[in-house]
Amino acid sequence: MTSDAELTEPIDPDVDLRVRAQRRELVRSQLPVLGVISLGGGIGALARFGIAQWLPTGPGQFPWATFWTNAIGCFLIGILMVLITEVVSAHRLVRPFIGVGFLGGFTTFSTYAVEIHNLLKPGSVGTAFAYLVGALLAAGLAVVLGVWFTRWATGVRRSAGGDAA
Amino acid sequence: MTAVLVFVGAMVGAPLRYLTDRSVQRRHDSVFPWGTFTVNIAGSLVLGGLAGAGTALPSPAMALLGLGFCGALTTYSTFSYETLRLVESHAHFYAALNVIVTVIAGVGAALLGYTAVAALIS
Repeated sequence: MTSDAELTEPIDPDVDLRVRAQRRELVRSQLPVLGVISLGGGIGALARFGIAQWLPTGPGQFPWATFWTNAIGCFLIGILMVLITEVVSAHRLVRPFIGVGFLGGFTTFSTYAVEIHNLLKPGSVGTAFAYLVGALLAAGLAVVLGVWFTRWATGVRRSAGGDAA
Repeated sequence: MTAVLVFVGAMVGAPLRYLTDRSVQRRHDSVFPWGTFTVNIAGSLVLGGLAGAGTALPSPAMALLGLGFCGALTTYSTFSYETLRLVESHAHFYAALNVIVTVIAGVGAALLGYTAVAALIS
């Protein structure tokens, strides 16, 4: 398979995991990918931790740090994905490092879920639902803005087909 | 020191998310992003459990496993990007289903983890 195929689609249906040689080949080709995902994830998590230290959330308060972290991460993934799937042919480690690694480690769903659970207490139930809906709307808006902005800025029209990821 | 623990936990969580996504996506033909769903629900369950341990869990462990590992295992950027992809490929039902099911299951998993661990250690 070509490296172009790996670029856009993480799924690798050509490899038969029952065949030992193909399994070993898969591991060898995947090691650099796993390495950059690991490094990018660590850096992304550090950035998220930094924002959380800078914008601490008290009990019963709206979790602005996670809200902004996730919204910014969604905006950036919109930019990244248009750039590497519609504008340029990027190196095969770009998406693993920035997309899967950095932005995946930067944004978080588990903290979002636990923060909603923590807010579901007398006195902050309204905040819980405002956060639940607000974070979803912000994330959706951010990713759409990221995609539109990048298509507009690069003059790329939406790719025909819109093949499912 | 806390930052190092966050970094190390995330260095394990992020590649585990990738490997889980690949192995889950390989096993079905649906357009529904089950891989991301799986990591997000699993991470919410574990983080809920860590939160349920309360002060019984030392704060370095929370930094390593909670902020680092669970934080990087789960993702919001891929969740919203995959939802947008479903919308762009006119799979509106799956897009709506992805948002609703992920949020309900995620909060449910956090609640389950929290309650179970809090009950176990009390």
